[in-house]
Amino acid sequence: MADTITLEVARYRPEQEDEPTTQCYEIPMRREWTVLDGLNHVKDRLDGTLSFRWSCRMGICGSCGMTIDGDPVLACETFLTDHHPGPVRVEPLRNFPVIRDLVVELTDFMAKLPHVMPWLVADEPPPDTEYLQKPAEVDEYQQYSMCINCMLCYAACPVYGLERDFLGPALIALAQRYNLDSRDHGDHDRLEILSAPEGIWDCTFVGECSRACPKGVDPAGAIQRYKLEAAKRTVRSLLLPRGRR
Amino acid sequence: MTGYTGLYQRLYRPRVPILWWVRRRSYLLFVLRELSSVFVAWSVVYTLLLVHAVTAGERSYRGFLAWSARPQVLAVNVVALLFVLFHAVTWFALASRAVVVRVRGRRVPGVWIVAANYALWAVASAIVAWVVLR
Amino acid sequence: MTVVRRPVEPLLWLAFSAGGVLAALLVPALLLLFGVAFPLGWLPAPGYPHLDAVVRHPLVRLVLFALCVLALFHAAHRLRYTVRDGLQLRRLSGLIDASCYGAALAGSAAAGYLLLAAG
Repeated sequence: MADTITLEVARYRPEQEDEPTTQCYEIPMRREWTVLDGLNHVKDRLDGTLSFRWSCRMGICGSCGMTIDGDPVLACETFLTDHHPGPVRVEPLRNFPVIRDLVVELTDFMAKLPHVMPWLVADEPPPDTEYLQKPAEVDEYQQYSMCINCMLCYAACPVYGLERDFLGPALIALAQRYNLDSRDHGDHDRLEILSAPEGIWDCTFVGECSRACPKGVDPAGAIQRYKLEAAKRTVRSLLLPRGRR
Repeated sequence: MTGYTGLYQRLYRPRVPILWWVRRRSYLLFVLRELSSVFVAWSVVYTLLLVHAVTAGERSYRGFLAWSARPQVLAVNVVALLFVLFHAVTWFALASRAVVVRVRGRRVPGVWIVAANYALWAVASAIVAWVVLR
Repeated sequence: MTVVRRPVEPLLWLAFSAGGVLAALLVPALLLLFGVAFPLGWLPAPGYPHLDAVVRHPLVRLVLFALCVLALFHAAHRLRYTVRDGLQLRRLSGLIDASCYGAALAGSAAAGYLLLAAG
């Protein structure tokens, strides 16, 4: 195995250039290194001006999402050995405006987040003791609660790239996480926003969001399940008399 | 802070290339999957032409058979068959993720739903073949 | 129950899904037989009296009608999204939707005439 590998990193420095450029860094090739370790080596030893986000180094915080050799991945879970002999192309996440180098702008997601009401909506005040749930009731939504907001699904989704108003995979999966929670009673309120054209109906089931997800959330599945649910409700509301809906 | 905001507003906004779906294999497969619908529509038209020919009498049915054996028509139908098969395979795989089936309160694993889909497909195809060839 | 704001969208999606299922189950066999196997002579084409009797059977007509209508709406739905996203024509989405579903409606009318009214 060669003892070095080249990182081809997309640079964007708004104070000096209008378009991103590429800069190559030669770093040691270590079996145990991830791309994030390589970027940190660059930052510490070679070029302190390189900007990127990271925190936990273990696939929990969701900060280090990037496009590596064309795929949306977490840099901390992408090993250099899997991209040997390189060069490894490192770019910011697709479908987002770039602030600097590998740092993208996430305001759009943050602004949409409260619209899906990602909290327990209760008709009555919660009980004084713990809110008990059966294991089966937890199983119902647990998969969708694993999301770490890493934005890989948004980078993978071609529809989000084309339609900025689309709610997007993670937010719909998050809405489903609460809809399927036995303690929640907010599904009627969420239906309005989810069944808008920019909600579930913009999705064409490309399925790339679920492939990109590092936590196995399957947002694409969540969206199709919700389409079926919304369709059932529509049919019911058309067929049944007003009082029995 | 003004310097910061000034630069902050100079976000680089990448554009989606017009042929975004040829850049990734999975996107290309997706677009091919969606384009299978063109061949589904063609199959409907072809079936209706057959029905029309049969309804019109034996001579026009013979005419339809001769027409369907022309190389151009045959080529279209071979391509259409490949796309329709692609549609069936992808459809069964995806349907198992949209549909949640419960047996005695437990969610049936997706593999079982896919298997049931294929079984149903075999039965439906057998019925079609039986009705036509009997 | 909250009323869904645009009830058309879920109904079109239901037609798309039903059409997808029917097309996946029935079209490969039909096309394999009539599009490839009979023209190539792999199998002898069914005789006229038999096929005429099959096509005249009310149940066959009903199934074929359902297949035609739903599969056409299935195709219209998919094509509408593919043209809109694949060619980035969101500005023309009204026109695209109208032509796709319009064509499906016209095809359904033709299927209705051939299978339910005529013959």
